[in-house]
Amino acid sequence: MATNGLAEAFPPLTQQEAIVESHRCLFCYDAPCIHACPTHIDIPGFIKKISTGNLVGSARTIFDSNLLGATCARVCPVQELCEGACVLGKDHKPVMIGRLQRYAMDYAYERGGPAIGIAPPTGRSVAVVGAGPAGLSCAGELARRGHSVTIFEKRALAGGLSTYGIISLREPMEASLQEVAMIERLGAKIEIERELGGNVSLHQLQKDFAAVFLSVGLGTTQPMDIPGEELILDGLDYIESSKLDPAGMKIGRNVVVIGAGNTAIDCATVAKRLGADTVTMVYRRSAQEMTAYPHEFEFIKKEGVTVCFLTQPVRMLAENGRVNGLECVRMELGPADGSGRRSPVPVKGSAFILPADQVVKAVGQQKPVVAGLQTERGFIQVNTELETSVKGLFAGGDCIRARGSASTVMAVQDGKLAAAAIHSRIMGSIMNRR
Amino acid sequence: MADLKIDFAGIRSPNPFWLASAPPTNSGAQVHRAFEAGWGGAVWKTIGPPVLNVSNRYGAWHFGNQRMLAINNVELISDRPLEVNLREIAEVKRAWPGRAVVVSAMVESTPEAWHEIIRRIEDTGADGIELNYGCPHGMSERGMGAAVGQVPEYCEQITRWVMDVARIPVIVKLTPNVTSIVSPARAALAAGASALSLINTVNSIVGVDLDTLEITPSIGGKGGHGGYAGPAVKPIALNMLAALGADPGVQTAGRPISAMGGIATWRDAAEFLLLGASSLQVCTSVMHYGFRIIEDLCDGLSNWMDSKDFATIGEVRGLSLHRISDFKDFDLSFQAVARIDESKCIRCDLCYVACNDTAHQCIDLFDAAGQAVSPRSYAVSSNGRREAVETRPQPRVREADCVGCRLCYNVCPVENCISMVEVPSGREPVTWDQLVKSRPEVTEDWDAMKKYREKTGIEIH
Repeated sequence: MATNGLAEAFPPLTQQEAIVESHRCLFCYDAPCIHACPTHIDIPGFIKKISTGNLVGSARTIFDSNLLGATCARVCPVQELCEGACVLGKDHKPVMIGRLQRYAMDYAYERGGPAIGIAPPTGRSVAVVGAGPAGLSCAGELARRGHSVTIFEKRALAGGLSTYGIISLREPMEASLQEVAMIERLGAKIEIERELGGNVSLHQLQKDFAAVFLSVGLGTTQPMDIPGEELILDGLDYIESSKLDPAGMKIGRNVVVIGAGNTAIDCATVAKRLGADTVTMVYRRSAQEMTAYPHEFEFIKKEGVTVCFLTQPVRMLAENGRVNGLECVRMELGPADGSGRRSPVPVKGSAFILPADQVVKAVGQQKPVVAGLQTERGFIQVNTELETSVKGLFAGGDCIRARGSASTVMAVQDGKLAAAAIHSRIMGSIMNRR
Repeated sequence: MADLKIDFAGIRSPNPFWLASAPPTNSGAQVHRAFEAGWGGAVWKTIGPPVLNVSNRYGAWHFGNQRMLAINNVELISDRPLEVNLREIAEVKRAWPGRAVVVSAMVESTPEAWHEIIRRIEDTGADGIELNYGCPHGMSERGMGAAVGQVPEYCEQITRWVMDVARIPVIVKLTPNVTSIVSPARAALAAGASALSLINTVNSIVGVDLDTLEITPSIGGKGGHGGYAGPAVKPIALNMLAALGADPGVQTAGRPISAMGGIATWRDAAEFLLLGASSLQVCTSVMHYGFRIIEDLCDGLSNWMDSKDFATIGEVRGLSLHRISDFKDFDLSFQAVARIDESKCIRCDLCYVACNDTAHQCIDLFDAAGQAVSPRSYAVSSNGRREAVETRPQPRVREADCVGCRLCYNVCPVENCISMVEVPSGREPVTWDQLVKSRPEVTEDWDAMKKYREKTGIEIH
């Protein structure tokens, strides 16, 4: 589906590359890569199995800790996680853990998906709201334990941001959809175009199911409250178009992307790869406050994207409804704000115009709204078992990420932990009844 | 610069490196190119009676990313006509008068056959003859090769037949497929052999193919034992070389030994020299990388000799032999412990698991605050590069409990990170042999041993 410009950046490892690379792993004991992985995959274990030619076992080792291993192999910021902790990184290059994981996952999916054992039916049902990584992980983990799981998904396709929000360069849509199919094979049912608050009632779910897991993600991109904002494209929609219909997508000649997080970087990449002459990112704070991973920032610089720090958009400029620029002011850093970051203040008389025929904003998504639940800094509050303030109602994924950076692998771990908590709750109640 | 020349029982060569009798010395053209590359000598691939070879002749043992740590073969002696070999040997020797050309031979076990082949070899102008008593496969089924080398009496008898007529130096090549390497060596020397060489290849089956369930290499679906050689056999060869060096019978004869078995680098070469070799033969690493490896063999050996102030190969030869000892003569009071250089340690914890699971449980893990911690003591919610790296515990040796087994030293993947440090044991030096003589009860009775340990302060963990 992707055009060449957004074709998956890393080719699969060849068998030769995988075997040579797997032999580089020292097979550390209690390895730091396992600690660094939020789902604590037995990384030396699965790599050892690649080196011995036990690919079936290698994939199963990954699935034991992470049902969405194929997505994680592609989208994880491995420099900040497993590979960043590799002991070989101290003196030379860390083992390519992400690409080896993809090698094992590809092997499994090319042969019809992993062989995962499913426990006998427990006769209990669980509802999962949202079919993103957290929801799929939770549903899969519950299904393999023998529970009947129904996932309610508001969109036409399941997979959440893996399907719609990660550029094809990192993860083609097919990779996400094959994981969705695998979760369905484990027994989870997915009902699409069912939205909480619309045609799904939380109250009804709580009545019909033994437990409910909310993995609703976040809302649309936050408003910037500047004149002409209606002319600004939403960054997540922009990425979604690049996945669903890259050929039909309209790309400006001079594109400005507002924001400096990982989504902003993806938007800039889409613009650049699909034909924009110039792409400029504007961010009101400085490089130190930027939330994009350092390796992503390095990537975008090599793509030829210009980044303007300490630059605040103040007004969209358009003629006859056609965008022709973005007015900005220069900023300087003042004292630290509530997030601990120094907050930017405008420099008087510094207004200037960035010529642009397309402006995209990626300045963070709006907080989730689920009535009746306690929140923490706008996110759904949960305890260590991922249970919300309402008994039997669990939550995970981006909608609970009040601390730390939101990522696919964290969402997968949430789903896994919540499934374990839900399972033990259900099994406890079955035992008590006997 | 060190002088690498050798004079081996009268066979002279500009350096101690000879190609061993094997596929690399199968033809005049090959030996010619090897000499161009700088090899000091070549032992021609064994000539003898007519043979036919099979295909799929070589199997190999690989480990990790390292290919061919050993090769195994079922190739026979030269399958080229005798006349062709003899003519090419004469041509090569004429073209390279300064290099050692030794001819390996193996014939039917009759005096006539041996007399005939010796005369024909001498007619080529070759510098020496090597008697192949070692080939473990094929030829041994016909009563030659290892079938001779494994029976000291045959070994002696045939060597006598050869020595009756030979006018050039004769080297007897020994098979390692024996219980004691000393017996056939003594037999060859008793018969007047000018020199010995060892080791020939080791009996082996290199593997089984897990797809076809056939033996590797598969010869039309069949397979069998073949000769094993290459870096993996080096320790076996060193031991057999040292066994000859430590045997008074062999040493009294004062004949030189040409050593081989896994020599791949100048470092290996130096070790063989230190254990008594006078010339060195190489095969598998040449089959792996080609004749060009001679450059670093000579260059590295020469530079090492310079750094140690050795001027000639003769000065190096046998320097470590006096250290070869029986267990009973080791000092039981010598104590070494492992020490980890924390500035070099990458915290892979391979030392920890090796010690904890399979040795003496004397490496502990410590957190940054100096508290002993268990493996996997992080919370399930902990993750990320920083937390994993910053809270990674440090392995540290509990020296009071370390028996000095050296396992951690061996598994550590970082150069010079773990060292074995000698520490005073506080005990008088004593050997097992001395104990047997002075306190026999300690060596026979556990209660006496217990008292002895308590008295001398030997703690067993």
